[in-house]
Amino acid sequence: MVEDQDAGMFNVKQTIGTVLCCRCGIKMQPNAANMCVSCLRSEVDITEGLQKHVVISHCPNCDRYLQPPKNWLKAQWESKELLTFCVKRMKNLNKVTLINAEFVWTEPHSKRIKVRLTIQKECLEKAYVVEYVQQDHLCESCSRVAANPDQWVASVQLRQHVSHRRTFFYLEQLILKHDAASKAIKIKQMHQGIDFFFGNRSHAVKFMEFLRSVVPTKSRDDKQLVSHDVKSSNYNYKYTFSVQISPVCREDLICLPRRLSSSLGNIGPLVVCTKVTNSIALLDPFTLRHCHLDSDQYWRHGFKSLMISRQLVEYIVLNIEITSPPMEAKIGGARYLLADAEVARLSDLGRNNNIFSVKTHLGHLLNTGDHALGYDLCAANSNNSELEKYKSSLEVPEVVLIKKSYEEAWQRKRGKPRKYKLKHLEMEVEDRARVDEEKERSDYEQFQRDIEENPELRFNLSLYRNKEYQEESEAGSMADDAAGCSSVGGAAC
Amino acid sequence: MATRLQFENNCEVGVFSKLTNAYCLVAIGGSESFYSIYEYELADVIPVVKTSIAGTRIIGRACAGNKNGLLVPHTTTDQELQHLRNSLPDSVVVQRIDERLNALGNHIACNDHVALAHTDLDRKTEELIADVLGVEVFRTTIAGNILVGTYCALSNRGGMVHPHTSIEELDELSTLLQVPLVAGTVNRGSDLIAAGMTVNDWTAFCGSDTTATELSVIENVFKLRKAQPSAIVDEMRKSLIDSYV
Repeated sequence: MVEDQDAGMFNVKQTIGTVLCCRCGIKMQPNAANMCVSCLRSEVDITEGLQKHVVISHCPNCDRYLQPPKNWLKAQWESKELLTFCVKRMKNLNKVTLINAEFVWTEPHSKRIKVRLTIQKECLEKAYVVEYVQQDHLCESCSRVAANPDQWVASVQLRQHVSHRRTFFYLEQLILKHDAASKAIKIKQMHQGIDFFFGNRSHAVKFMEFLRSVVPTKSRDDKQLVSHDVKSSNYNYKYTFSVQISPVCREDLICLPRRLSSSLGNIGPLVVCTKVTNSIALLDPFTLRHCHLDSDQYWRHGFKSLMISRQLVEYIVLNIEITSPPMEAKIGGARYLLADAEVARLSDLGRNNNIFSVKTHLGHLLNTGDHALGYDLCAANSNNSELEKYKSSLEVPEVVLIKKSYEEAWQRKRGKPRKYKLKHLEMEVEDRARVDEEKERSDYEQFQRDIEENPELRFNLSLYRNKEYQEESEAGSMADDAAGCSSVGGAAC
Repeated sequence: MATRLQFENNCEVGVFSKLTNAYCLVAIGGSESFYSIYEYELADVIPVVKTSIAGTRIIGRACAGNKNGLLVPHTTTDQELQHLRNSLPDSVVVQRIDERLNALGNHIACNDHVALAHTDLDRKTEELIADVLGVEVFRTTIAGNILVGTYCALSNRGGMVHPHTSIEELDELSTLLQVPLVAGTVNRGSDLIAAGMTVNDWTAFCGSDTTATELSVIENVFKLRKAQPSAIVDEMRKSLIDSYV
């Protein structure tokens, strides 16, 4: 009883008396059950209603455990993740407080996992053991793989209808750098292209988006029905994405269709392709005008190159004069200077007096006596419908110079190991008979020279140090270079 | 001596029976075993009456009484009232009272001299209690519970209260009631004392779940070991014989 006198000054002290435990009769403080703790513990089983025996599914192939309905969780034997998983699989655990959980050792082959749980409910603690029976059950992905190991769901068929594989070498390096083909199940090298196989349609779409950002492409997609579950209306398809890369490559000579040429501002129908990324950069070598075509624009017209870099012929520059007034253009970080040059074919030298006067955009690079590579249009027999259309209105130049030639330097370095190495993608080659080994090797050599000559091309690639490359041979080749230079100089004059 | 029994498999015998020094009321059960146990113990000494109150069997909690009188709630039917008046000795006054709180057994704990009452009882009811039962009435709580009739079992020799009652409160109540009190449990740790057992000066009846410890506590506090009914009841014998005639 509490007596309040003047703001509760006098409070009677309440002492809780002792009662006898109703079972064993010892004196104790009264509690809700009026039983002493030991009687309570033996009476009341707080583990009542909790599972002692649980079944879990385990995939023997990939060592994962099933969390229904569909999730498969990877966990090592007796790991923290497995413990969390086991505790989660216990129902009704929210009614009591879990204090501790630990594994009890069991033989791994017994397919039993034992966990000792310490639970607390209303100030009573109890430790008990739960046994998990591990049932083996192949997860869906493993069963699909086991049924048909070559099973793919989506494939990207990449093609470029040209006779060389330079673009694919370059793409291979780009893919490696960006790790875009990490999800591919299989990569196969085909004639004029590469096939990529994926396990998931979204992986294939992601890869296609990557391709679209680095090369100008046209694509279409199709699907093929593999199986159909009537009851759940699930359809399984195989998706195929057909991607075509534009056949226009760097250093190609192109004759633009009349309509395109006029829509681009009457840029001279003969243009040189300087760079191919997701858009094509074109340069008119005689007026130094440039433009960009992105992939939609290109595919709307779909023109092919007039001459490709395999048809390059070597010329020697006899005389070069920068035009006055000097016309200079800075395109994409590179400087071009218009110049008048007199060139002769290297094969003609000494044999006849064929000299061509041409305008060239390489005024900044070439000097008298330099070697240059260009297209021989007067001797060429090109079967191009666009060029036919222009027949009378266009004055076709005899030579179009494309780049400076470093042929002697390459001759000297031939056979010697390079300072850097490039990584390769793992590719299956479909038809060994069809592949021309010699051509491939020369293509690859050409590609490597390209990246050595052009720093802008190197930008996107990863080069690795070649450990086999030795410093001494470098010194030896330097001496050779020096000797070679003077001899060439002599020959030129 | 204390006896353990069950009413239709239920251990709360204080709900289905009312035991005083002059009479005993039992509920009408499906089987006669409940009644027969009471009869066996008490038939020679005091009348054992089968009844219902307000058509229910929870007579122990509905009415309150001692050797002087019996108070029944206003829901008691006329036939029940008449039956009680006929069956009980003439010295026992049966009175129906008009009280909003009509589970009188839960609100009033009494012996032959003193009674504890629920704090919210009417003034009129309190006066009636004092008149009919011939007791001194005290309004109180037990361990913070207002249902004193449930949490306290009283006889003229001793009393048992709710187990959570503090020592100071025990002392205070003991002084009021002038009997020794103990805080204990009945029916395996249940704190509803008066619902689990019913007691008078020489005997007690408890639910069958009551453990030996609890039983010994009950026997000690109510001093049942040596008690013989004869000494106490002799005075009442005359009135009993009258009723036979």
